[in-house]
Amino acid sequence: MPGEIKGWDRNQMAARAAEELEDGMYVNLGIGIPTLVANYVGDKEITLQSENGMLGMGPFPYEGEEDPDLINAGKQTITELPKTSYFDSSMSFAMIRGGKIAAAILGAMEVAENGDLANWMIPGKLVKGMGGAMDLVAGVGRVIVVMDHTNKHGDSKLLKECTLPLTGKGVVDRIITNLGVLDVVEGGLKIVETAEGVTEDELRAATEATIVN
Amino acid sequence: MKKVYGSAAEALDGLLFDGMTIAAGGFGLCGIPELLIDAMVESGVKDLTIASNNCGVDGFGLGKLLDTKQIKKMMSSYVGENAEFMRQYLSGELELEFNPQGTLAERMRAAGAGIPGFYTKTGVGTVVAEGKETKVFGGEEYVLEEGIFADLSIVKAWKADTSGNCVFRKTARNFNPPAAMCGKVCVMEVEEIVQPGELDPDHIHLPGIFVHRIIKGEHEKRIEQRTTRKREDV
Repeated sequence: MPGEIKGWDRNQMAARAAEELEDGMYVNLGIGIPTLVANYVGDKEITLQSENGMLGMGPFPYEGEEDPDLINAGKQTITELPKTSYFDSSMSFAMIRGGKIAAAILGAMEVAENGDLANWMIPGKLVKGMGGAMDLVAGVGRVIVVMDHTNKHGDSKLLKECTLPLTGKGVVDRIITNLGVLDVVEGGLKIVETAEGVTEDELRAATEATIVN
Repeated sequence: MKKVYGSAAEALDGLLFDGMTIAAGGFGLCGIPELLIDAMVESGVKDLTIASNNCGVDGFGLGKLLDTKQIKKMMSSYVGENAEFMRQYLSGELELEFNPQGTLAERMRAAGAGIPGFYTKTGVGTVVAEGKETKVFGGEEYVLEEGIFADLSIVKAWKADTSGNCVFRKTARNFNPPAAMCGKVCVMEVEEIVQPGELDPDHIHLPGIFVHRIIKGEHEKRIEQRTTRKREDV
């Protein structure tokens, strides 16, 4: 049963994703597990971009110090840092589309072996919109996806082809799941490492996408 | 010419008509033109097409114009926070055009800068690019997006001087400058109006040339997601 393989939990996936970040990088973190990545950057000097118009995002405010004029892209109250700068939305996406942001770490519903990403829409279900996801995956230097390897029925979310409407075509560079780390390469996905307690055979068995050696 | 008006209703006088296109600033409930939205509800103007990143929440922000069914179409990137929005959309009463957030911002900025169209790689190979012209530059495919030329801009800034030079505060800037630029007329609400010279000319975020009418008022500034951390005991 694929459901029996556990591998990394949410925090371990976030910690593994944080290893992708290098000192000095400007980074955009998506909602969900990607947000947790900020807790694991350690001593590295990472500047977080929030696409609603801020570089140098700080932690949540102390109770009573919330400022309605200071929120992140998830509309949560946050704080600023000494290095913070603010700008308007067109400037924000100039730095995203213009390739100035080194990496984006995002969640996904499906990733295909050619790097196609689907994370914004399930036809027939409530559609909320793509927000800034399409701009991010089209523009940033490196797209790292953090996601569960399988859905709750145990079916692979790493597919030969996406079934859901795309967020971007051929945009994903690296996938971090609860079972391991895979890169999008010529011809399919390449296993970079497996999570603790997960064998390469188990990871292969849980993956629909072509695995290349 | 005097730009400062006494109320939101006065500032909108003569500018509203049914079927018009409006660009609105704000991100979520942050930096939205609360007072101008209220005045638009009062005016009863209808069949509006509104370009705005979001559509408020139930009963607040642009959500108020939904409750009164004054909006015909929204051009937005994310609309998830609003049950009435979904009800009207799913029943076919409300049209919705999804735009990637950066494309929406650039469509406003471009129109305001006199640029009717631009190529972007955002959305290539997705539903967003369907039916749109594409072109290859340097071996990469781009899609043509058009500027949004609005009849009216409604925006919010922190402080403005009486000539319309203004500054925004923190992330409440967001879509306000590009939205301000793309309307034939821009009406701005602020928290404080100062005399020319009181704002440092080097620190102006949006020059007064883009701002035609200004009002001052009290803002509720509702918080959508109040997130905090605990103080560590030292």
